Amino acid sequence: MSAARTTYREAVRAAIRAALLDDERVFLMGEDVGSYGGCFGVSKGLLEEFGPERIRDTPLSESGFTGAGIGAALGGMRPIVEIMTVNFSLLALDQIVNSAATIRHMSDGQFSVPLVIRMATGAGRQLAAQHSHSLESFYAHVPGIRVVAPATLEDARGMLPAALADPDPVVIFEHTSLYNLEGELAEDAGAVDLDRAAIRRPGRDVTLVTHGGSLAKTLAAAATLAEEGIEAEVIDLRSLRPLDDATIIASVSRTRRAVMVDEGWRTMSLAAELVTRIVEQAFYELDAPLARVCTAEVPIPYPAHLEQAALPSADKIVAAARRLTGG
Amino acid sequence: MSRADTELPGREEGLQLLRGMQRIRRFEDRAAELYSAMKIRGFLHLYNGQEAVAVGVLQALHEDDAVVATYREHGHALAAGLPMGEVMAELYGREQGSSGGRGGSMHIFDAEHRFYGGQAIVAGGLPLAVGLALADQMQHRPRVTACFFGEGAAAEGEFHEALNLAALWTLPVLFVCENNLYAMGTALGRSQAETDIHARAGGYGIESTALDGMDVVAVAAAARAAVTGIREDGKPRFLECHTYRFRAHSMFDAQLYRPREEIEAWKKRCPIMGLRQRLLAAELATEADFAALEQDIEAEVEAAVAFAEAGSWEPVEQLASHVMTEREA
Repeated sequence: MSAARTTYREAVRAAIRAALLDDERVFLMGEDVGSYGGCFGVSKGLLEEFGPERIRDTPLSESGFTGAGIGAALGGMRPIVEIMTVNFSLLALDQIVNSAATIRHMSDGQFSVPLVIRMATGAGRQLAAQHSHSLESFYAHVPGIRVVAPATLEDARGMLPAALADPDPVVIFEHTSLYNLEGELAEDAGAVDLDRAAIRRPGRDVTLVTHGGSLAKTLAAAATLAEEGIEAEVIDLRSLRPLDDATIIASVSRTRRAVMVDEGWRTMSLAAELVTRIVEQAFYELDAPLARVCTAEVPIPYPAHLEQAALPSADKIVAAARRLTGG
Repeated sequence: MSRADTELPGREEGLQLLRGMQRIRRFEDRAAELYSAMKIRGFLHLYNGQEAVAVGVLQALHEDDAVVATYREHGHALAAGLPMGEVMAELYGREQGSSGGRGGSMHIFDAEHRFYGGQAIVAGGLPLAVGLALADQMQHRPRVTACFFGEGAAAEGEFHEALNLAALWTLPVLFVCENNLYAMGTALGRSQAETDIHARAGGYGIESTALDGMDVVAVAAAARAAVTGIREDGKPRFLECHTYRFRAHSMFDAQLYRPREEIEAWKKRCPIMGLRQRLLAAELATEADFAALEQDIEAEVEAAVAFAEAGSWEPVEQLASHVMTEREA
């Protein structure tokens, strides 16, 4: 099987392009997806190929166009709604939580909402406190939607078609630090499963559970730990709702120690939910307290040194793992 | 527009409009009784006084057109053709209800009638209607989506976002503002700087009409004209229907915010009484016709109540079904 050099950005674009070619019901809409080419350049060139009906620039109306996406999905289309960042998505939270997530259950299954919402998340680019947050847990809290976070080229390429094939609303979080990620991607790469977490590095001494933009930091931490003789197992959650308990619990039951690495804030976080599930399901397998490496409880600051101090880092992950393993 | 300006339809159509309104009125009065009897719980928002809007607008739609309504939507559901028994069973929370009992009074859904709720976030339905119309446009289906909301919705951002999108993208939406003067207990003039809602729609370049929402003949004529226009050019239209709710906002409302005299004055403009008087005056119908109609409706409403009473509760084991689409293991 041949592979080609590509980036995460190009992989998402290839996924959108393939979906547009495959299914005439698919269209992309959002702020600056057309003429501008997407605020992160994801949809560059698609307007020229598919035209303004299917690469649809919207006004700055997050709630309006997200709601329109829900309505279009109810009307038989397969919309991909792009919201520039998770911070802006709060303006559409009403439609996502009150409409997209409820209509199927509330209508007793008469209507479903086959909508895909993509949005950028995360810090690291000195964009300060209104463009940098990681609010995945807001969405992962809500029954009625599926939440995924592609952290690899394969998932950037494969989660979108899988989400489009899903009859329910799917929110895809793309961490801004990943768009320039480069690597090899199989030329026939396509849909992937959306259900299972992936073990990105096997290990026997401690489990590091992470997702999205924190995967690279966590793998770097695991490499450092390996030099010290600590073999860390790295789990990439991939799906934030539903969570793949089986993979997490099986891993922790082998390693007996776990650190949650989550760019969200610690309080009421995805990390908190993971800790709870491990305690509920594997308490007697544990040899050490569980640990969390999260973002400091501050709005993300602008200066690079403060921003980096606020975020999870490989060093912080290494330190947490050492504490658990007595290293 | 005064009543004298609207041409009375013939006997058959006149009685049809009357029947539509009277079904709703009787249904709502019965629902209020059943609420007091604790058969219906939760919020119950009754449509008494506003019947001319739902009946007048929905008679202009075709079977495959879509409806998006609000939490005060029993009237729209009935006027859209949903079986009355299923609507009543929904109020009861029975699994035979329109939404399987899961939505209750505020969330009536019916796929067969393209009835998309029952949306209880004020103005939340407008973007959905825009999206339904966008789907029709993109799939080249000559359909109309009617979207009902109150004047309170005009203060929400989604109202403006949705009107802008519908005008910008030339979408076949019929926006119907039921201006009953109060957003729950807050009078329009106390909450919105510009109280002429239809003028605000005009600000988005949408062809917009204000009319007497207590006159079903006027509403029906305006709706027909608007729907015809939408089918011709695909552009959205906006109707502001001046109306009034005769009952409280919900069953928990002591109505401290509006004078009794105001309510009584509006009740004199009752759309049902108004049409009856006009039909009598024009000798298109008789008291005997009205009595026969009332008898029919009474039987239909009681059959609906009986249907709801005989309904069953959804098994608790199904609590989580339809949160997500069930998938093959």
